[in-house]
Amino acid sequence: MISKPEKQLGVVPASRPVMPKLNLSFRLKDKRRRTIYGVIMLLMVTTLATVPTIIPKGVNLVAATQGLIDNIRIMFLHPAVSNTSFGSLVGALVQSIALAFLTTLIGAIFAFFIALMASRNLAPRWLIDIVQSAMAFVRAIPTILWVLIYSVALGLGANAAVIGLTFHSVAYLVKVYADSIDELPKDTLAALRAMGVGFWPLVSQVILPTVMPSFLSWTFIRFEINFANAVAVGAAAGAGGIGYQLFMASGFYFDFHEVGMIVYLILAFTIPLEIISYKLRTRYIKRAGK
Amino acid sequence: MEIRQSKQPNFFLKKRVRLSIMIGLLGVLYVGAAVILNFNSAAFLYLDRGMIWLFQNFIPTSQSITYWYSITQALLRTFVVAVAATSVAGVLALVLAILGAKSTGPSRTLSWVIRGFASIMRNIPIVGWAMLLLFSFKQNDFTGFLALLFLSVGFLTRAFMETIEDVDVEKIQALQVTGASYLQVISQAVLPEITTPLISWLLYMIENNIRDATLVGLLTGTGIGFVFDLYFKSLRYGPAGLVVLAIIILVIAVELVSNYVERRIAA
Repeated sequence: MISKPEKQLGVVPASRPVMPKLNLSFRLKDKRRRTIYGVIMLLMVTTLATVPTIIPKGVNLVAATQGLIDNIRIMFLHPAVSNTSFGSLVGALVQSIALAFLTTLIGAIFAFFIALMASRNLAPRWLIDIVQSAMAFVRAIPTILWVLIYSVALGLGANAAVIGLTFHSVAYLVKVYADSIDELPKDTLAALRAMGVGFWPLVSQVILPTVMPSFLSWTFIRFEINFANAVAVGAAAGAGGIGYQLFMASGFYFDFHEVGMIVYLILAFTIPLEIISYKLRTRYIKRAGK
Repeated sequence: MEIRQSKQPNFFLKKRVRLSIMIGLLGVLYVGAAVILNFNSAAFLYLDRGMIWLFQNFIPTSQSITYWYSITQALLRTFVVAVAATSVAGVLALVLAILGAKSTGPSRTLSWVIRGFASIMRNIPIVGWAMLLLFSFKQNDFTGFLALLFLSVGFLTRAFMETIEDVDVEKIQALQVTGASYLQVISQAVLPEITTPLISWLLYMIENNIRDATLVGLLTGTGIGFVFDLYFKSLRYGPAGLVVLAIIILVIAVELVSNYVERRIAA
């Protein structure tokens, strides 16, 4: 009597109908897992194979690290100005900010019109492919190389810096603007078009007001990136600004007191920027990554 | 009825005035910035010159093609250094992010310390890191590696922390009420949730670091940046153009691979 229900339990084919479903989901999960493990393994192997080869031979690592820590201490604890004046450093900072502002503004204007050609909601497939490929090409070349390339064509200076930085801004903003426009429901736009709303009224009265918050947030984020780029370009291409001062103080005068001062000035500008862009991002850009 | 009619033109007028003021203000700021920088807006008429230069030098000549092997060697080296720097930074950033995120961190104070640390690492310009490290570690790949590492740690810690904070607190709590330990909660609730965005951020960072490696190389005299600088400053534009071409091929290849991976791991 007692053994009967147990036997029955064993006979009941409860797991049969579940099996195929379980198998399927397991396989799907497996493909995803394989990719994830594969990527992690690949990164790990590359890292483990690379790191031993880049440890420098002629450098005493302990002494070098000690020197680095000393210099960082000098930078942060004893900032001072010696080769230039504080006023001229602030002037250089303003120059870098102006460069970032100018390239963001010009980039945003260009990018807006190009994004209209790169959005699934507004443009035909072939045009999107052409525009997106062109932008991928522009993005693939590092900003500093764009600036150097244009410094051959236009001469070293502000003109090359502005154009070089604008290139990347446009490529970046086109991508994010087009994504924002893609988020608008296609049906709404189709309905409006069916009502006889033309292309430009549609853009200026429907699309622009709707996507404005996310456009502005992205543009601000790009401003933050452009400022970092402006500093880098100033150093590596001699385009002036706070980056050039930083390069001179560290690479020419070896004066880490002054480097500290410059870094503090830069942080005083970028940390508020970061806080603002974090607020904008969490508020206006819902599920966006980079 | 009357009120609404009298308000309508006012509404559009106001809108138009506000728009005009905005455009005017931006125009003034544009001119101001251009004057400060000594930028001549006519430069945009010469956009084609850079493009022509680029495409002319992309076409390898019999002389510049001899440089191709050494260019690809240097680029490959830069690529693996960038990957290594990003991976190491990723591991460090993950630990920091778990300790620093509001939902998984042990204390509020620690969270703020880590947040501040990440912010400072990220906002010290890459030029600063490069020059600082160059001074101590001299001219070699290790300097470039560390510069990329420091910057990436700041950036990734920030990104990972935001990702972790996006995980539902309820999922974490659900495990906690079953008696799971801290490590179990992290490994069973947090990590599986964030793997996809985590890998996506890592791949993005690798792509970014390859580009930044060029800049670091220019400043510290290492890798592909140094090779470009060498040809460029000695006016050997043919090989310099090939360097740009090689970088484009690599970055686009990495972008395609990371798009492929992201599609495959999208849950």
